[in-house]
Amino acid sequence: MSGVRVLVGTRKGAFVLTSDGKRERWDIRGPHFAGWEIYHLKGSPADPNRLYASQSTGWFGQLIQRSNDGGNTWEPVGNQFVYDGVPGTHQWYDGTPHPWEFARVWHLEPSLTDPDTVYAGVEDAALFRSIDGGQTWQEIPGLRRHESAPSWQPGAGGMCLHTILLDPSDPGRIFIAISSAGAFRTDDAGKTWRPINRGLVSEGIPDPTAEVGHCVHRIAMHRSRPGVLFMQKHWDVMRSDDAGESWQEVSGNLPTDFGFPIDVHAHEPDTIYVVPIKNDSEHYPPEGKLRVYRSRTGGHEWEALTKGLPQRDCYVNVLRDAMTVDSLDPCGVYFGTTGGQVYVSADAGDNWAPIVRDLPAVLSVEVQTLS
Amino acid sequence: MIRVVLPAHLRTLARVDGEVELEVEGPVTQRSVLDALEARYPMLRGTIREHVTQQRRPFVRFFACERDLSHEPPDAPLPDVVATGAEPFLVVGAMAGG
Repeated sequence: MSGVRVLVGTRKGAFVLTSDGKRERWDIRGPHFAGWEIYHLKGSPADPNRLYASQSTGWFGQLIQRSNDGGNTWEPVGNQFVYDGVPGTHQWYDGTPHPWEFARVWHLEPSLTDPDTVYAGVEDAALFRSIDGGQTWQEIPGLRRHESAPSWQPGAGGMCLHTILLDPSDPGRIFIAISSAGAFRTDDAGKTWRPINRGLVSEGIPDPTAEVGHCVHRIAMHRSRPGVLFMQKHWDVMRSDDAGESWQEVSGNLPTDFGFPIDVHAHEPDTIYVVPIKNDSEHYPPEGKLRVYRSRTGGHEWEALTKGLPQRDCYVNVLRDAMTVDSLDPCGVYFGTTGGQVYVSADAGDNWAPIVRDLPAVLSVEVQTLS
Repeated sequence: MIRVVLPAHLRTLARVDGEVELEVEGPVTQRSVLDALEARYPMLRGTIREHVTQQRRPFVRFFACERDLSHEPPDAPLPDVVATGAEPFLVVGAMAGG
């Protein structure tokens, strides 16, 4: 019997939600790591019982937790993230040089093939990797040695590396995104990187078409077609058909093209989901209506998905790591809100229902499809 | 025997209840107490002091004998009553955040 395990990171702990393939009745466990911020947790595609979690507070810093039994028990593993060599500086908010300082792990991306290999995207922006199940971490320094790095600046949430996409067809190719430096790609397993931001236009930076400096919020791909990328930028929903070499805007008829998450249907590579947010100073849905928008055409043409979602007086946000899809048929779509709700649609977005309504603010949602 | 009181989050992390009792070789200082604490409970490394600089994390304080010792040099001797175990060494998460 198939089922799903939803991994939810919140401001005050982690929760594990499980259901069978119908995705109607849910078992809710947690909080794990009660009182700590759980920016992200994710399972290994190579071993679904192996989970990693990023646990932090402003008081006691960063911890990484690992589970070998699907989230029933956890153990702290290595939490030492040291930049390679002399860290140097990036730009601070006021444009002055600022030393690279580790703050936290935003995103953990387990290897597609090895449960003991996992990547970590951190603030201040850098990419780390562990090949021993999280016990030790080494920076992949080529990214931060890119010639543009001294000019990178933080976004409002800090200078975070928040997106890591591993190309299933090419072990050497990784896409990452940084707020607010933009998107980068390596084709040699991290030795060298280059910005992939051609086509992005950001009015909030001195040169709107600059090679770097764009506030990319999220990138998504379908594993069957890794050369096609979808991006939710600060403003604008974008698409690339050439692995990021160039981007075209596909915002189309969205009511607003500001937002944070973006994801792709598990079985339809041209079906994508976003959650429009009013604007960059009012982080809640337009008109107080929580609406997921779906495009079945890879962008441009969007439909509002509202059944089961609050259509009045709703002023929550959906953060960049807080939407995901399972691989059941029909495809399940999940997202969590800053109001503590986690919603599921078991029919690709047509109908929605809350799994839970009153968690702490949700920072991330991932799902594992279990057989 | 040195007695150390940890804040709730770190007690949970270290899986201890109540005070921690430590044997410390040589002079009893902040550094030697924290070294012994981290040797016994490796999961606490990086949570009280930064890994590389070994500096106290900004929102962590060290109290003993109703005094704030947070700004004392890490190699300064702790009070005799802490060294003898008559008084505990308190690791405190600062009240902050409203």
